[in-house]
Amino acid sequence: MKYAAGIDVGSTQTKCIIIDENKQIVARALTDTGANITRAGERGYEAVLAAGGIAREDVLCVVGTGYGRFKVSFGDLQITEITCHAKGASMLFPDTATVIDMGGQDAKGISVQNGEVVDFVMNDKCAAGTGRFLSTAAETLGLSLDEIGAISLQARNPVRLSTVCTVFVESDIMSYVAQGKKTEDILGGIHSAIAARTIALVRRVGLKPAYTFTGGVSLNVGMVKMLEEKLGATLNVSPDSHYMGAIGAAVFALEHALSAAAVS
Amino acid sequence: MNIIAGVDLGSRSTKVVLIDRDGKQLHAHTTRTRPPLIELVDRAVDEALASIGAGRGDLHYIATTGFGRSSYPERDLQLTEVTAAAYGAAALFPGTRCVLDIGAQSSRAVKIAPGGRVREFKSNEKCAAGAGGFVERAAKYLETELAEVGDLSMNGENPVSISSVCAVLAESEIINHVSRGETRENILRGVHQSLAERAVLLVKRIGIEEEVTLVGGMGYQAGMIRALQEALEVPINCAPQPEMAGALGAALLSKRRIEKSAA
Repeated sequence: MKYAAGIDVGSTQTKCIIIDENKQIVARALTDTGANITRAGERGYEAVLAAGGIAREDVLCVVGTGYGRFKVSFGDLQITEITCHAKGASMLFPDTATVIDMGGQDAKGISVQNGEVVDFVMNDKCAAGTGRFLSTAAETLGLSLDEIGAISLQARNPVRLSTVCTVFVESDIMSYVAQGKKTEDILGGIHSAIAARTIALVRRVGLKPAYTFTGGVSLNVGMVKMLEEKLGATLNVSPDSHYMGAIGAAVFALEHALSAAAVS
Repeated sequence: MNIIAGVDLGSRSTKVVLIDRDGKQLHAHTTRTRPPLIELVDRAVDEALASIGAGRGDLHYIATTGFGRSSYPERDLQLTEVTAAAYGAAALFPGTRCVLDIGAQSSRAVKIAPGGRVREFKSNEKCAAGAGGFVERAAKYLETELAEVGDLSMNGENPVSISSVCAVLAESEIINHVSRGETRENILRGVHQSLAERAVLLVKRIGIEEEVTLVGGMGYQAGMIRALQEALEVPINCAPQPEMAGALGAALLSKRRIEKSAA
């Protein structure tokens, strides 16, 4: 069996995927990017090879993506994460028309047609709507990032946030705690504010179903629910949504390898 | 004694200034802001009074300002930080027409009339870009003491470019610069320049008018003052204890109010 790999070096985490010739995912690896971006790609690749028990020589092609893609020096190609997210989302959910991507430090809206990018927008001016915002909020409340989504679903009287600045959210939360607000109501307000802001961003490329939610924040059930409520539509979410950029990169890698083989 | 206290409850630190009935400053000190705020103010004021050999009985009047100004029930007067800092800056530099107040979580440009009355102001209400807390976090990444930051920045020959649009996204830019092996000096000068760019945007919205006075804790950093002077292309006044302007202004406005009500 021959394989293809996608490596998504994100600002916070590095996601690696290996697919087989039938585009089936055979191995995944999630590692922290850390300060040394050059090492992050290599370390992630080693981890995914080990996870799948796959030898390097059986991988036909490696594509790097994400903000650290140019550091994937051993890769055969580098493709932007926007193109890769569109590709990955369309492979998992062929009806995808809009990708909502919320990662560690960025939030994006991508309008997609037949797996190709039509238009995109991203947060270049503010960290609101990113995983970073949510992890700051979780930390301030003494909770882990994995649990805040489920807790937010318990909100009865969500607070109204006055700002969505990641720096100010700490003192905002502390003052809500001081006022005796319930944790779930604080989290409910946070998820609502961030969902509204993300939808306002994505609206700039057009809100067209079906929606596919990608990036680390897609693992947050509270955010999924909140986006669905505000959009009035269900979202495509897969347990692999977090790996979507790497999946798209791996598909590109496979296509590249197959077309190269066809030429030779 | 008839002592007047001005207390500025900021997001990071609380400043106390004591003045006498002639407006002469008797004492000024800073302490870290930590809840509960009532106990914090009580302790800070008691310490200030004790340091000049006075006690609560000598305290005639107490004014609060800053984000926590309404949390102290025993206050005689409460002032917004805009009013207090403007008045304090005008007392320190009577020629001041524009006050730039850069605190840990705030940045503000205030246009004032002679004497310190506020004519117009603009501030960063919803976004931390341009506020001083960014420098503190940058210093942490660079494993540098905050006190060293200003001088290191002065030695930056080739400042790096750092986005001035989001304090959080700018942090990852700093990490990138560090991992590329940039010097602390160049990074910190870049940090100061990015804050100065943001300050210029605020100042332009009220219209720049000399003299410009910088207040708030960022005034301790020589590199920040230089970056502002370069960006605004005017000289900048800065007092030796720049973060005290708000507390001083609150105390002096109290004095004026006492005199008015006596008249």
